[in-house]
Amino acid sequence: MSPSLLLHRLLQLLPVLLGVTVIVFGMMSLTPGDPAETMLANQNATPAQIATLRHDMGLDRSLPVRFASFLTHAVQGDFGQSLFHHRPVAAVIAERLPATVELSAAALLFSLLLAIPLGVIAAVHRGGLLDRLATVGSLFGVSLPGFWFGILLLLVFAVDFRLLPVSGAIDYASQPPTITGFLILDSLLALRLDSLGNALAHLLLPAITLGLPMAAILMRVTRASMLEVLRQDYITFAEAKGLSRARILGLHALKNALLPTITVAAIETGSLLGGNMVVETVFGWPGLGRLVVESIFARNYPLVQAAVLLYALTYVLVNFCADLLYTVLNPRVRM
Amino acid sequence: MTEPLLEITDLRVAFHARHGKVRAVDGVSLTVAPGECLGIVGESGSGKSVTFAAVMGLIRPPGRIEAGRIRFAGRDLVGLDAASYRQLRGRDIAMTLQDAQTSLNPALTVGTQIIEVLAAHGEGNARARAVEMMTMVGIPAAERRLGDYPHQFSGGMRQRMMVAIALSCRPKLLIADEPTTALDVTIQAQVLELIASIRAKLGMSVVLITHDLGVVADYCDRVAVMYAGQIVEAGRTADIIGSPRHPYTEGLLASVPDLHNLDRPIRPIEGQVPDLIDLPPGCRFLPRCPKARPDCAKPVPMRAVGEGRNVRCVLT
Repeated sequence: MSPSLLLHRLLQLLPVLLGVTVIVFGMMSLTPGDPAETMLANQNATPAQIATLRHDMGLDRSLPVRFASFLTHAVQGDFGQSLFHHRPVAAVIAERLPATVELSAAALLFSLLLAIPLGVIAAVHRGGLLDRLATVGSLFGVSLPGFWFGILLLLVFAVDFRLLPVSGAIDYASQPPTITGFLILDSLLALRLDSLGNALAHLLLPAITLGLPMAAILMRVTRASMLEVLRQDYITFAEAKGLSRARILGLHALKNALLPTITVAAIETGSLLGGNMVVETVFGWPGLGRLVVESIFARNYPLVQAAVLLYALTYVLVNFCADLLYTVLNPRVRM
Repeated sequence: MTEPLLEITDLRVAFHARHGKVRAVDGVSLTVAPGECLGIVGESGSGKSVTFAAVMGLIRPPGRIEAGRIRFAGRDLVGLDAASYRQLRGRDIAMTLQDAQTSLNPALTVGTQIIEVLAAHGEGNARARAVEMMTMVGIPAAERRLGDYPHQFSGGMRQRMMVAIALSCRPKLLIADEPTTALDVTIQAQVLELIASIRAKLGMSVVLITHDLGVVADYCDRVAVMYAGQIVEAGRTADIIGSPRHPYTEGLLASVPDLHNLDRPIRPIEGQVPDLIDLPPGCRFLPRCPKARPDCAKPVPMRAVGEGRNVRCVLT
């Protein structure tokens, strides 16, 4: 893809983000409840005091004025003050973001590593025992609610067998020096193997819980597209050339079969972000998902707005990356 | 007579479907001599492609070789282990498929697709050999085109590319499955001329699978006509085109327009190819045959009628 086309594609993302901003802002304004009242709920505040706070927070201004003000600041990275932390929203989010990124990346990695080989094997041995097991397994994977499965894993591996930690992202004693904020990366940079092991042990169960439903879907998609590809003439021709089975499946078939998998993986990454909120709550993960859940309950408007906008941005960028990957795998869409 | 390069004896291939056993190839015997071009003619479903998929060892479940022998260059191929078969395919026996558009992998460069055959069969200097082969089939600026993808080639060039890939290891036998069906008439002739010229250059044998008797007449030394899983007539091309002995061959010839005698009406063969499940024991062409007699309902064996010529018909 040429640089100018790349820029063009990136510019196309702007209206999408603007649309999301409008929707998020509108929805937060429409939901019942008043942050000023919530903040002063247990302090016996008089209506006059509440009104003063509303004025200070700018909540008494009209909706369009508030939106314009939000937008001007947002493009500069200023999302206002978090109503409860009394610090800038951006700073609060930046503190929580690395843990969520690490968890999501681990879940994505886990599901891809599980789903693609399983999907290929199931397609190659269609109707065989492995295919049936994988199909039933994927049905479970899609159907199990994350909070239930997470708790189950916790009970078995953390409580009964005491193999893995129950909650959090790292033990206090193992905390590596903060360099990037990403625990695994910091452990590696500081050459702290104990931190790395501890962080990975904490990461394992939440990543599996988060990644399993996605793995189930990706497995089905890979299996279906692999079956489709294996029927193609170019696979027969590759066989007639006397190529090894590994090369036929791993290169000729998989390079074509992965296209739908990547598309679905990109879309599913969106639900990964949503799933984060549940899984982070179950596992006490110090990430953005839990922060957002807490902030919604507390009507912490500025933080929720910024977080949802960030989710939208991530989603759009992930799909953009998937499009780029598409052009690598499929030369016909290369321009 | 020299030892045949390929000898198929009483080959039977069946596909197990839910409602019964489809006998796609039912007792086919034929030989291909070194350097010879054999035409295999028949309608879709006559078993011509399945016969040679069996030669390539590419019959996959639910299909199965039930009986018969395939000897190639002195080796028995039925029951050959997978690794030995892999070495044979692409190196000693090569195959081109009907449609180059769908037979070349859209996600890989043509360079990858030709070099990998040479590499898989341990040929040194793969890149140079690939360029040489592409030049031989008439692809201009071959070196530069190695990095191109199939969709960047025209239909005729894709077909040439497929031929180049198939012939890159200089096989002893090329099986060309319907090489012209998907092409324009002008490009058809180019591809056939190309195969003929390389055949002469490399001294390889060619099996040309087609439903086009005109192609057979121009390019094949001998021809075998297949119907419903059996060979019904085989012999030298000139004999068979000149004086067909089986009513089906006659029907096929009558259904081809004759450019030298446009007044002759085109007569299609009435009826349909029979269902290959639960075939009656007699002649398979019986329901469509204009010359049918009562004894056609009994099994009809292949009969030798003159030099190198065989017909499966009670009339001969």
